[in-house]
Amino acid sequence: MLRLEKLTKQYKTGDQALIDVDLEIPKSQVIALIGPSGAGKSTLIRCINRLVEPTSGKVYLNDLELTSLSSRKLRKNRRRMGMIFQEYALVERLTVMENVLSGRLGYVGFWRSYFRKFPQDDIKEAYRLLDRVGLMDMVDKRADELSGGQRQRVGICRALIQNPDLLLIDEPTASLDPKTSRQIMRLINELCEERELAAIINIHDVQLAQMFSQRVVGLELGSVVYDGPPDGLTPDVLTKIYGEEDWSATIEKVEDDDEEII
Amino acid sequence: MNSETSLIKYPRHWRKPPFIKSSKLRWAIIMGALIYLFAAFGSMEIDVERFIKGIPRGKRFFDSFFPPNFADHRGVVWDGILESVWMAIISTVAGIALSVPIGLGAARNLAPLWVYLSCRGVIAGSRTFPEIILAIFAVKLFGFGPFAGFIALSIGTIGFFAKLLAEDIENMNEEQAEAIKATGASWFQWINYAIQPQVMPRMIGLSVYRLDINFRESAVVGIVGGGGIGATLNTAFARYEFDTAAAILVVIIVIVMSLEYVSGYLRKWVQ
Repeated sequence: MLRLEKLTKQYKTGDQALIDVDLEIPKSQVIALIGPSGAGKSTLIRCINRLVEPTSGKVYLNDLELTSLSSRKLRKNRRRMGMIFQEYALVERLTVMENVLSGRLGYVGFWRSYFRKFPQDDIKEAYRLLDRVGLMDMVDKRADELSGGQRQRVGICRALIQNPDLLLIDEPTASLDPKTSRQIMRLINELCEERELAAIINIHDVQLAQMFSQRVVGLELGSVVYDGPPDGLTPDVLTKIYGEEDWSATIEKVEDDDEEII
Repeated sequence: MNSETSLIKYPRHWRKPPFIKSSKLRWAIIMGALIYLFAAFGSMEIDVERFIKGIPRGKRFFDSFFPPNFADHRGVVWDGILESVWMAIISTVAGIALSVPIGLGAARNLAPLWVYLSCRGVIAGSRTFPEIILAIFAVKLFGFGPFAGFIALSIGTIGFFAKLLAEDIENMNEEQAEAIKATGASWFQWINYAIQPQVMPRMIGLSVYRLDINFRESAVVGIVGGGGIGATLNTAFARYEFDTAAAILVVIIVIVMSLEYVSGYLRKWVQ
């Protein structure tokens, strides 16, 4: 579904963020991308939808090469890639509904979006998604009135209303408390399953990565150093990704204390 | 206390490192500045006698202001104020309308380098000249009257508003902008959804503030021939009608203060 070929990014400052990354992700697979800060995780997912232009290498989405598209075609194809951010990245002074509907901007013309006259199907879908994540009462609230977990749910709705094939998720839980983190990760997992979406999730928390993904990719200094199942993360592997540390507590199997999503 | 660290002798004094490291250079700058200051004072002839003589003259001048004469027999004060108000309003509206595209172009994170440089050039150009100089030019070009004042104030508004808009855009939250871009939004949609909500409250506050400035400046540009209340004020002084001039000043003060109040209230409301 998504294929990266020798993806390389060198910033103008000379920092080599990605070096010849090859990666292939089949349909509806959720992968966790782990690695220390500065390993190139954020750069990797931003190179896929070209918020960051890769220096060389290719990205294919369903066999369409994204890296050579004109900016007009790129915009059209960005609709197929939903993105979720660490600090939620909601437009704070817009309402929850406007934030969700902004996921449809790629589908509607300027004046329609300017007067907030979105097609009825879009509005219905926005309501359905907000109901799905339990935010039906928040529709007209301004985004900055919401709590962290609620904001991230709005962010998820905004990504899903694009009707994407792929989710690019940048540290979805880094600003959330442990319990909310788990709820959000579980929600993302369920939604990916329902819609058969593929997802790349950048994540710091090794335990969460193990709990909520089918495959783990370890990135270190811009190169893939691990690619395998979540339970293959032995102390040796973690040392290779992050460096020397006592890993025994991290990889202890934690029980997922199940809670309903509130 | 840790036994190991208690054996090491740590210094008991610490001083904040000086801003200029070399002490020679530091003292040279301080002495140089002091010498210049004394020399500057010395070259200005402070004539105490002249100052004391001025005091009763100032008192007479000030006394002739009272009581302010609001009678306004020829209706000139009222006309002047109306002219100033519309001059302030339309120059603010026109100035802001022109400022928006220039401000967008002058934000480094939106515009390519050549657009950025040309828009910054326009802003720098209009900021170089204070309104009174712009008004002198405009009067020379378009003749006496409020049209010249309108042109001068509009150009002044561009320098003020476009610069602050551009700076506000440069300080925006990049992540929100990135998120809207990632949805496949077009450039105009991106401006409307990601940039506008972030800068709007400040821009509304600044518009009212600029209206306030333009009204005050309309009194100044009038003195050099740009029409409005400034022209009326100038005439009143020229005819030695100091009581009428005082009335005009009172009216200007009242209008400026009420605008101040309205802009403060509006800014709080739009946050």
